[in-house]
Amino acid sequence: MPQTMFDKIWSEHEVADGLLYIDLHLVHEVTSPQAFDGLRMAGRKVRRPERTLATADHNVPTDGTKAAQLIADHLSRVQVETLERNCEEFGIRLYSLGSDRQGIVHVIGPELGVTQPGMTIVCGDSHTSTHGAFGALAFGIGTSEVEHVLATQCLVQKKPKTMRISYAGELGPGVTPKDLILATIGRLGTGGMVGHAVEYAGPAIESLSMPGRMTVCNMTIEGGGRAGMIAPDETTFEWVQGRAAAPQEFDAAVKRWRQLPTDPGAGFDAEIEIDAAGISPMVTWGTNPGMVVEVTGSVPDPAEMDLPADRESAARALAYMDLEPGTPMTEVAPERVFIGSCTNSRVEDLREAAAMVDGRKIASSVRAMVVPGSQQVKATAEEEGLDDIFRAAGFEWREAGCSMCLGMNPDILIEGERCASTSNRNFEGRQGKGGRTHLVSPKMAAAAAIEGRFVDIREWA
Amino acid sequence: MRPIDVIEGKVSVLDRHDVDTDQIIPKQFLKRVERTGFGEFLFYDWLRSGEISLEPNPILVAGRNFGCGSSREHAPWALEDFGFEAIVAPSFADIFYSNCTKIGLLPVELDEKHCRAVAEAGEARIDVDDQTVTCAAGVFEFAIEPDVQHRLLNGLDDIGITLENVAAIDRFEAGRATGATPTTKAL
Repeated sequence: MPQTMFDKIWSEHEVADGLLYIDLHLVHEVTSPQAFDGLRMAGRKVRRPERTLATADHNVPTDGTKAAQLIADHLSRVQVETLERNCEEFGIRLYSLGSDRQGIVHVIGPELGVTQPGMTIVCGDSHTSTHGAFGALAFGIGTSEVEHVLATQCLVQKKPKTMRISYAGELGPGVTPKDLILATIGRLGTGGMVGHAVEYAGPAIESLSMPGRMTVCNMTIEGGGRAGMIAPDETTFEWVQGRAAAPQEFDAAVKRWRQLPTDPGAGFDAEIEIDAAGISPMVTWGTNPGMVVEVTGSVPDPAEMDLPADRESAARALAYMDLEPGTPMTEVAPERVFIGSCTNSRVEDLREAAAMVDGRKIASSVRAMVVPGSQQVKATAEEEGLDDIFRAAGFEWREAGCSMCLGMNPDILIEGERCASTSNRNFEGRQGKGGRTHLVSPKMAAAAAIEGRFVDIREWA
Repeated sequence: MRPIDVIEGKVSVLDRHDVDTDQIIPKQFLKRVERTGFGEFLFYDWLRSGEISLEPNPILVAGRNFGCGSSREHAPWALEDFGFEAIVAPSFADIFYSNCTKIGLLPVELDEKHCRAVAEAGEARIDVDDQTVTCAAGVFEFAIEPDVQHRLLNGLDDIGITLENVAAIDRFEAGRATGATPTTKAL
């Protein structure tokens, strides 16, 4: 019987009914301390330390602080130091502050080659869906489950339903993977993928680079999806080859990986088709990622919405965002620009943004920062001279971390500030209490920094 | 985890859809390394600004897609620490739902009409064994996975149950081709 890629990976990892073996467990400082405490209290060990990898990302300052002990914020310091102690005690490899492999957990997994096709991957972080870009089954879990995986290398899991989103045609010039996924969430809603493992397919997906695919899978959770996946192909194999943890018998691995894609004729619980060629650069206007519009559009009018609940939440979102219905998006003027996060902080993202700002200056009304996803991304970008381009344009060039995506570190918006952000969530207060977030692609963010307002980058030169 | 059989009492109402975990427990409170003490920070910005008010009743009725966004288990910890024992909503985000069941905070999915009826009744009785919510407006059935129900009714530790199956995990690991998936040893 023809099988989906999801079904193949699921059945290959089922230890018992509803018990899934986990190939790779990624750990960071925020969602793990209580799990390690639980192990200690029960006298349990980590079953497979060699299938566990940790880094410090959410709390780390991006100002060049070189070691955990030097973090100025007391609670952040304690959390990173606790991670260091726990990893030492339980024998887990850790890339903490000061390591040249430190970075956002969803950037370093693929970068080191530990993320590979066909694997099951979990992390106490909802954006674990990123790793599905390699044809892996990857999803976020809570702290109790982190403890469960540490103790057993398995996870009790109800089998999700399957969904395939097929994109017809190709993305137009200036339209990026970020726009593709924002448009998709805009159409399906923030709960549209709940309960489903989602496979993205079609020519527009096949022609994406690995960083582009990671951006798409990363934001699956913003549509409520359990996991996002893309079939592995030559692009995938090329990315993995030569990386630190790539398989030694690479050809044999590729032969196995070629068996993973969904068989022709395999059935999905839900099938959706979207015209990729019709997608424009997108900008969010509200307080969840589904509240999104084309840059050529304007702020919607709640009064024109069909459902009372939608009218109410849109009106509340507009009050929070301080936006008037009918305002063209190109008249919305951010005073902060953030290029970074597990969604858009890889070298390719930075190259695209740098190409937009090369030889220009950011608007005098704007403060802009670039935060590379990892120390390795930072090093590569500096070898290419991208840091010079950004600095010359007036951007701050920072150290690796989650930074202003979630404001658990000193990088935050102050009340009322409006930000063009390449991150993944525009929830109220996400980037700082009272901060107003507009989610966009790196190219759109870069252009907004230069112009001091959003522009349609397809017509911007 | 303590066993849950019946949850009974007054109902608090949060009539909003797509409530995300960043609102339930804002990021600045995720820096604690303990599991306890999150209740006082629940809906920190919304409660302090007076945008909403909530009594710590046993039951919370909320809107659809409750708990979307971040996987932070701090959200169910905060709801439980505040005093809620059950959350009733038309739908939940996947990770949030799972996190609740792991700590014994009962998530109950009822259709929108019945959620409204429970909210209006102001009091309800939830029976985990019978899978029913009883209020002045009637008796409504809800679905729950049998193994989740079993764990909640008996207050069982998930890890303990899985470790009873450790032979199966050993067999699974032994049966896999070596090098089939990477480990951090290569790093």
